[in-house]
Amino acid sequence: MIPAGFEYHRPGDIASAIGILQEHGDEARVIAGGHSLIPMMKLRMAEMGHLVDLQAIEELKGIEIGAGTVSLGAMVTQHELITHDGLATAIPLIREAALQIADPQVRYVGTVGGNVANGDPGNDMPGLMQCLNATFELSGPDGRRSVAAREFYEAAYFTARDDEEILTRISIPVPGAGVGQAYEKQKRKIGDYATAAAAVMVGNGHASVAMTNLADTPVWSESASNALADGDVSGCVAAMLDAIDPVADNRGPVEFKKHVAAVMLRRAIERAQSRAG
Amino acid sequence: MNDQTLTPEERVANLKGMGSSRKRVEDVRFTQGKGNYVDDIKMDGMLFGAFVRSPYAHARVVSVNKEAALAIPGVVAVLTAEDLAPLGLHWMPTLAGDKQMVLADGKVLFQGQEVAYVVAENRYIAADAAELVEVDYEELPVLTNPFEALKSDVVLREDLAGQTEGAHGPRKHHNHIFTWEQGDKDATEAVLSQADVVAEEMVYYHRTHPCPLETCGCVASMDKVTGKLTLYGTFQAPHAIRTVVSLISGLAEHNIRVISPDIGGGFGNKVGAYAGYVCSVVASIVTGQPVKWVENRMENLMSTAFARDYWMQGKIAATKDGKITGLWCHTTADHGGFDACADPTKFPAGFMNICTGSYDIPTAYLAVDGVYTNKAPGGVAYRCSFRVTEAAYFIERMIEVLAIKLNMDAAELRRINFIRKDQFPYQSALGWEYDSGDYHTAWDKALKAVDYEGLRAEQAQRVEDFKAGKTRKLLGIGLTHFTEIVGAGPVKNCDILGLGMFDSCEIRIHPTGSAIARLGTISQGQGHATTFAQIIASEIGLPADDITLEEGDTDTAPYGLGTYGSRSTPVAGAATAMAARKIRAKAQMIAAYLLEVHDNDVEWDVDRFAVKGAPERFKTMKEIAFAAYNQAIPGLEPGLEAVSYYDPPNMTYPFGAYICVMEIDVDTGEWDVRQFYALDDCGTRINPMIIEGQVHGGVTEALAIAMGQEIAYDEMGNVKTATLMDFFLPTAWETPNYTTDHTVTPSPHHPIGAKGVGESPNVGGVPAFSNAVHDAFRPFGLVQSHMPHDHWRIWKIANGLGMHG
Ligand SMILES: Cc1cc2nc3c(=O)[nH]c(=O)nc-3n(C[C@H](O)[C@H](O)[C@H](O)COP(=O)(O)OP(=O)(O)OC[C@H]3O[C@@H](n4cnc5c(N)ncnc54)[C@H](O)[C@@H]3O)c2cc1C
Repeated sequence: MIPAGFEYHRPGDIASAIGILQEHGDEARVIAGGHSLIPMMKLRMAEMGHLVDLQAIEELKGIEIGAGTVSLGAMVTQHELITHDGLATAIPLIREAALQIADPQVRYVGTVGGNVANGDPGNDMPGLMQCLNATFELSGPDGRRSVAAREFYEAAYFTARDDEEILTRISIPVPGAGVGQAYEKQKRKIGDYATAAAAVMVGNGHASVAMTNLADTPVWSESASNALADGDVSGCVAAMLDAIDPVADNRGPVEFKKHVAAVMLRRAIERAQSRAG
Repeated sequence: MNDQTLTPEERVANLKGMGSSRKRVEDVRFTQGKGNYVDDIKMDGMLFGAFVRSPYAHARVVSVNKEAALAIPGVVAVLTAEDLAPLGLHWMPTLAGDKQMVLADGKVLFQGQEVAYVVAENRYIAADAAELVEVDYEELPVLTNPFEALKSDVVLREDLAGQTEGAHGPRKHHNHIFTWEQGDKDATEAVLSQADVVAEEMVYYHRTHPCPLETCGCVASMDKVTGKLTLYGTFQAPHAIRTVVSLISGLAEHNIRVISPDIGGGFGNKVGAYAGYVCSVVASIVTGQPVKWVENRMENLMSTAFARDYWMQGKIAATKDGKITGLWCHTTADHGGFDACADPTKFPAGFMNICTGSYDIPTAYLAVDGVYTNKAPGGVAYRCSFRVTEAAYFIERMIEVLAIKLNMDAAELRRINFIRKDQFPYQSALGWEYDSGDYHTAWDKALKAVDYEGLRAEQAQRVEDFKAGKTRKLLGIGLTHFTEIVGAGPVKNCDILGLGMFDSCEIRIHPTGSAIARLGTISQGQGHATTFAQIIASEIGLPADDITLEEGDTDTAPYGLGTYGSRSTPVAGAATAMAARKIRAKAQMIAAYLLEVHDNDVEWDVDRFAVKGAPERFKTMKEIAFAAYNQAIPGLEPGLEAVSYYDPPNMTYPFGAYICVMEIDVDTGEWDVRQFYALDDCGTRINPMIIEGQVHGGVTEALAIAMGQEIAYDEMGNVKTATLMDFFLPTAWETPNYTTDHTVTPSPHHPIGAKGVGESPNVGGVPAFSNAVHDAFRPFGLVQSHMPHDHWRIWKIANGLGMHG
């Protein structure tokens, strides 16, 4: 459980961080909370010569609640997502989901940026961000660009982010009043990734439905969302079951996961509907 | 000083002796981070060892190339079997009469097996170098199923080829280790063939792991000037380790000092001898520098001793009224690549023959076949006494299965079959003499405490509601009445590597009336320093707070066989009482001398000897202690100390009644323990608070085992559960609330009547949880299903019963 050796960098701003990434190419990796990366390094499944710590970059911090949009700095911790009252009022779904991540120790250091940038299908935030239709802001040598969360994930650990880019902020449209939200997750124990998890928003004739750890990327389904918007719960579940593609692991075989996916989704829908106004 | 102002009750209370919930003295250092564990040991010039381990479960080792590793600055040596062979140390004896490779000798037999040992200046360099050792493997067919192993042409242990006789009798097949038979086969088969009712079931107790928070490790330090080897390690049996090291290394035993410092949990995992110890000793002898080796979590889970993995085929016979007439069990025991079970020599399947449990079963037969497979060796008693958990799980499942067959209430079936109080000492059909028990009293108390009738009524209603579509949750009531067999054991039939399983205590009273006691055992969290001082306090009348307790240093402590199998209190605790009584006997003579009366004219009174009939004339133990050092007493040696080596006349038989009430979600397989009631009868209770703590910890382990914890392999022999993400270790969140209770039935043969409690909760807890799951589905037709009952396996039960529409 001892990682291979590496050089440690701690730049003070985004530009210098990008500079270090450019200098060392795929030899370098950014580290945020380290709670996905360090375990991989200890297992020697990730080895890199240069580690670029983002902790000292002020621009990456802070939660801003605007009228129609919420903006989260990449380095906002999962703990901050839970304790920020303004955020809980604007988008209660984020707190509900963040409380399902790992345990308090992990959440004190794990960041929202790391969680969405990681590309691990087990992470809860990517599905959540797809449900919320968030946009990720990336900064690289060629400047800034934005990528929709729904376009960001390509395969396990492969995302639309280039090696020399840093995910800087996440912006999320504030769901209108009357939109019910719910996050439902089954896991084996505290600190476990989802056996299946569902993020649901419904209300005002709209709906959005995404699921976690049931394919090699998060799964947001347009047809499932449309069905739910039309009030067709069974149609929504059926469409989602078509979209997911779980694999067997220690959490159970495929048929079990599909069954639990449907149960989680139904429960999330029910709770979200009960909260819709 | 002759304090006459205190009442006898106050004097008893001041001692904090037996029966007092004295706070654990160990916790002062543990809660302040001041414990001293193996990995806290730092020595000048200390080197670090790290293993290169096999990624394959079965492969030939074609070659090992050390060059790239040796080229790294700071790497001191890379050892392979070839290097150890000239010393005869490439193999080592196991506790079970087999031998085991220290480093791969031509082949590997399980994933994670030790192939090479890298020694470097620090652990970072050692880890880097281990990556660079190039091993060329040629994969061989893998056997992970013991039934298939017994049929396969693949020879796992080529070193044993042609050997038809093993340490425990004939071998039937090249992958067979032993057959162990107990009881009367013919009589049992006759009973089965004539019985009104026979229930038959396969009961599997899956492979799991003790997973102590602190993994295994050691620091070996050879002093080339004095010729003395000091070996610090996470040893549950330091004295036995010293003898083993002496026997296999050739170093004289007086030149070896073994020290077990603080140990962060053992649960059987730290009983055996591991390759890491041997390699560290060799490396220190060769380099003349101290060498530390500490395994990481994955190494611990993959390579050091596992527990259970018993396939128990059972048949239980009864009259139509439910009176059990016979029990038959055939166990297929998966021992992995080497037979490294930690059992007393004459018991290759431990005390599995306690499998008649708490019941008066007149006729029984047990056979156990040990089998080699491509899995890690071990088979230790994970918080239990040598396969007692397996035995208890087996019989407590068979009782439930029989209850279903008879269409009877399982609580009532137990009650009518319990060994009655008046039958003790009870001779079991499989050869044990149960010392004492009062099962009916405990059982009735337990059923009443949980309102058993009320629970059954609630369950019946729940079944109705479920069928009516009003709920998707089931209610299970898990019953268990377990009987343990602990305190190994009488030297006449219990030994480990030829060392009799007695234990010891030496007590030395200081002139000012405080004391130090040293024992042959070693605490790993059990609180020995607290409880053994309490025994002494009650026996000799000095306050427990004035008694220091030391264990684990073979240069200072008397020889003993260590701590596992709930043996410390039954054996070393008895030695402690006996040593204390020797001191009291001498103190009596000193007191009589000081009081100028005959020895028989004084009597013991809490903390003093008083003249019979004249209680105002007395000498306190404190005064006596001083006199022992400053008076010339005719006919008596100065000083006040004693040692006792206690050979127990019998095992002790703690028992208990556990009841678990569980809610189960049939759609997700999720469970929730609503109530858990644990009644333990461990005989005399030394420290109720420590008992409660032990029960809480043990039931939590039982919860883990029953509900998810396992060492699982895929068909290639890869360990699928080698991290704590997949290996279930409950946190406070998953841990239910427990209600503890007790009855007291002292052991008639133990000096203070104590029986031991540390392992009861694991033994009794597992069937209680598992039976709760089974019981929830019993109304829908479930008879038997294998642990661990994790979400998907519970879901599978529901799915198989057609509950998902
Ligand atoms: C015991 C345990 C249980 C857990 N359980 C859960 C769970 O239930 N649900 C869940 O969602 N997660 C879980 N996690 C993961 C945890 O939430 C991590 O903190 C999170 O996945 C990554 O965030 P981080 O800040 O720690 O990122 P890091 O580990 O530092 O980085 C993760 C990856 O993202 C990259 N990265 C990080 N920040 C950026 C950025 N700003 N721009 C570009 N790339 C970046 C890194 O290079 C790295 O590849 C668990 C972790 C542990 C240790």
